[in-house]
Amino acid sequence: MTEDVLCTFCGCLCDDLRVEVADGRVQKVRGACRLGASKIMGHDRIKTPMIREDGVLREATYDQACARAAQILLKAKRPVLYGWASTSCEADRKGILLAEEVGGVMDTTATVCHGPSILGIEEKGLAGATLGQVKNRADLIIFWGCNPAEAHPRHALRYSSNACGRFTPEGRSGRKVMVVDVRETRSAKNADKFLRLIPGTDYEVISAMRMILGGKADVVPETVAGLPKTQLVETVEIMKNARFGVIFFGLGMTHSRGRYKNVDNALSLVAELNAFTKFVVMAMRGHYNVAGIGQVMACASGYPMSVDYSRGAPYFNPGETTICDLLNRKEADAALVIAADPASNFPRSTVEALAEVPVIQIDPFENPTTLLADVVIPSAIAGVEAEGTAYRMDGMCLRLRKLVDSEFPSDEAILQRIIDNVRRLRA
Amino acid sequence: MIIRGGIVYDPANGIYGEEMDLFIEGGRIAEEAAGPELDASGLLVMPGGVDAHSHIAGTKVNTGRIMRPDDSRMGTEPRNPVCRPCTGYTVPNCYAIGYRYARMGYTTAFEAATPIINARHTHEELEEIPILDKGALTLFGSNWTVLECVRDKDLAKLAAYVAWGLRASRGYGVKIVNPGGGEAWGFGANVKGLYDTVPNFDVIPAEIIESLAKANEMLGLPHSIHLHFNNLGKPGNYTTAIETLDLLKGVQASRMRQVVHIAHMQFSAYGGTGWKDFESKGPAIADYFNRHSHATMDLGMVLFGPATTMTADGPLEYANSRLLHAKWANCDYELEDSSGVVPLVYGRKMPINAIQWAIGLELALMTKDPWKVIMTTDHPNGAPFVNYPEVIALLMSRPKREEEIATVHELVKSRTALPTLEREMDWTDIAVMTRAGPARILGLEDKGHLGKGADGDVAVYNLRPDEIDPSRDHALVKAALAKARYTIKGGTLVARDGEILSAPPGRTYWVDAGVAEADANRLMADLKDKFDRYYSIQISNYMVQDAYISHPNVIRAGLQVREGEDRSSHALAREA
Repeated sequence: MTEDVLCTFCGCLCDDLRVEVADGRVQKVRGACRLGASKIMGHDRIKTPMIREDGVLREATYDQACARAAQILLKAKRPVLYGWASTSCEADRKGILLAEEVGGVMDTTATVCHGPSILGIEEKGLAGATLGQVKNRADLIIFWGCNPAEAHPRHALRYSSNACGRFTPEGRSGRKVMVVDVRETRSAKNADKFLRLIPGTDYEVISAMRMILGGKADVVPETVAGLPKTQLVETVEIMKNARFGVIFFGLGMTHSRGRYKNVDNALSLVAELNAFTKFVVMAMRGHYNVAGIGQVMACASGYPMSVDYSRGAPYFNPGETTICDLLNRKEADAALVIAADPASNFPRSTVEALAEVPVIQIDPFENPTTLLADVVIPSAIAGVEAEGTAYRMDGMCLRLRKLVDSEFPSDEAILQRIIDNVRRLRA
Repeated sequence: MIIRGGIVYDPANGIYGEEMDLFIEGGRIAEEAAGPELDASGLLVMPGGVDAHSHIAGTKVNTGRIMRPDDSRMGTEPRNPVCRPCTGYTVPNCYAIGYRYARMGYTTAFEAATPIINARHTHEELEEIPILDKGALTLFGSNWTVLECVRDKDLAKLAAYVAWGLRASRGYGVKIVNPGGGEAWGFGANVKGLYDTVPNFDVIPAEIIESLAKANEMLGLPHSIHLHFNNLGKPGNYTTAIETLDLLKGVQASRMRQVVHIAHMQFSAYGGTGWKDFESKGPAIADYFNRHSHATMDLGMVLFGPATTMTADGPLEYANSRLLHAKWANCDYELEDSSGVVPLVYGRKMPINAIQWAIGLELALMTKDPWKVIMTTDHPNGAPFVNYPEVIALLMSRPKREEEIATVHELVKSRTALPTLEREMDWTDIAVMTRAGPARILGLEDKGHLGKGADGDVAVYNLRPDEIDPSRDHALVKAALAKARYTIKGGTLVARDGEILSAPPGRTYWVDAGVAEADANRLMADLKDKFDRYYSIQISNYMVQDAYISHPNVIRAGLQVREGEDRSSHALAREA
């Protein structure tokens, strides 16, 4: 039994799992949620490297696959290297080096996820705290446009609604939980207060709350986006009177009308609440290391996503250097996809554009992106078969454990082999 | 390697501008050596620069980068066969930090504040900084275990915790920021001074500082406590500074060094009752340092232009953001501390900024002993570190100061003593302030000097000390210091005339202090309980693993360990 294993599923990055290993395999995962346990147990592995010939993926060696990948990247004028959220920071750093070497664009799954949150932070900063701070202190927890009961199953128990800490010994009964969403989710059913929004009205509602907080309630209309003003006044009062309040926000805020402006507005609301009480805010990051790739890229390039290395120096302009825009403009002419599945998650037209360019996939598991890949390179599962670093949604940096040996090389090792090939071919 | 004919300033060894050859063998200064020769005939030669307080790695720094894409665009330099690409001015990317320090002849820099719980992030970034030797100071001033040991007057347990915290963070020394204030900020409050009780913990900042100073000396750590005062950044705060310094007069140093190092003194040398009558108390502070020998300071010099303020003083950054209507990042760390980041621009016509600028210069010029006052801009709080040559030119040239004073807000003339100061520093003063002093203050025995066995870190500048007059030729001084003729790191030529020639990885210093087993055991029982009940991560995942320090330089302190003896019987449980 290996104790205190990190879960490589969601941004909670729980680090208290117990995993039974026998005969070099993971036998049982204890203490995880179902999502995490199934991730660690694994499923349909890609068994061998493959290269597409005459429309069919045929088995190949790692040498052949890495050499082919290097050829594709070198031949391309505008290669995009995408994914990076579900692997280790060590692999991410190799990816940045590869992007530098081939003059590619480095983009992450944040671009179709919490990208708007990053833009909001660029506008306003972010008043944050670690999850342990929430656990020990928060008496008001607001989930806005997120549904942790289904997407981050252990969040409530470990860190938020139900967690007990030094100044919150009563756990759930000692705090107020509020959910703001467009439908009554499972999280909403467990809340003390549920504010149902008309889809796409986050910005209006937050603006009204800021007006009320700023003493301008008299100019707020009697209803705002279908919500009675009295309800908003009451909500703001609850926020002001909290001892320690927190807003966790999800894609409901970042991907409804207004996008990064919603986030900008919410971050401003939280900053202003600090004139009255302690208030913090946090993005509910999805993949277990999507926060990590942002950190690694910022450290290496100054920017947390969508970095274009074609000029030799990092260049960042979301809307121009974001992968979906590059594909839509038919500008990208090759893609390396690692630890991600754009074929399932991108808009249809973008996936079609992706299907038209050579695609290299590095992943332990088959997914719909495999169907349009031209080179497929199976890798060890980070955090199960390879050590490394990951960052939790609150920025906590933790070390992933290796639980079992693997016949597959790590993402990091594969990327190094591609870099070696690029250097060899260029020389 | 042989460096021929330079005019050497090595004040730690009593060498003040002598023409001599230097030899480096096996990465260290030697009495003779073979290998390549560098011609430094008549040129200024000093040990590699040492920065004892700079924010170069970790969450705050990266938060600055993430919230400031505008800043990252300012320093763009493309990749070349030696260098990775660079971005940023106040918050440069990790590669730029290494190259830019090296270009100025600096070879060592210490990150000024890292929380134990996220030290792994700091080390991830330190690992990526090329060339420099480095280390990180660890935050202890608002930590629950510290507060409880202080409340219980259990100094032995406190020392055991400091040793454990340094090991857990792979940290180099004890950093204290606005003691108690970080905990109070957890509920949006602050402490107002040395004797204001920290909510929920029944201790006062005075006790925290004094106890940590004593624990630091019990462990015989190479560096003293490194203190960011309460009330930093507020008008009238010089009284807090002097009160705090007085508090530590009686503490016995365990080594030949100060008992307290004051971080970025400029930010705590303010008079006035508010921003309207804000004035310099630089002279009063300098006078205190002239009369006492238990404390050292770094400048925290402010220069005009953009900066990014970042500190573990969370409430200060909130106040900055409200005052300036600027964007604001905050991060509070469970059980340990707070932090914040706010970008700003210092304007020469802004009365407050102009006075801050003058105070930094007053502190340097009015403190008689340069060993007590070392160069920093508290990068990037007062200005980015690339501006050190500007500060040096100001310190060496009264005409330059007069030119500047003519362009800044006129209140500098009535609210500071700067216009009256005649002193012009010489090269010995500068060599002390930028290398010998910081190395001695940090307790780095092989740094900051050029004696036999010292690290082979040498800077050669395109300046002929025998020919130029820095007072008149201040522009030449500034230009030459910005681009060393040669920077040699551990015997490797890393930079020439501003061009990076090679980028070897640097080492990371950390301190491993042993403590008595009984104290360690008492501590571990307490810590296990804290992790079970309060932390959001497991104790076994907490400590920074050796994998994060590929080139360690471990300094032993605390209980001495005999050859061959099992360390674990003395030291704290390794597995934690």
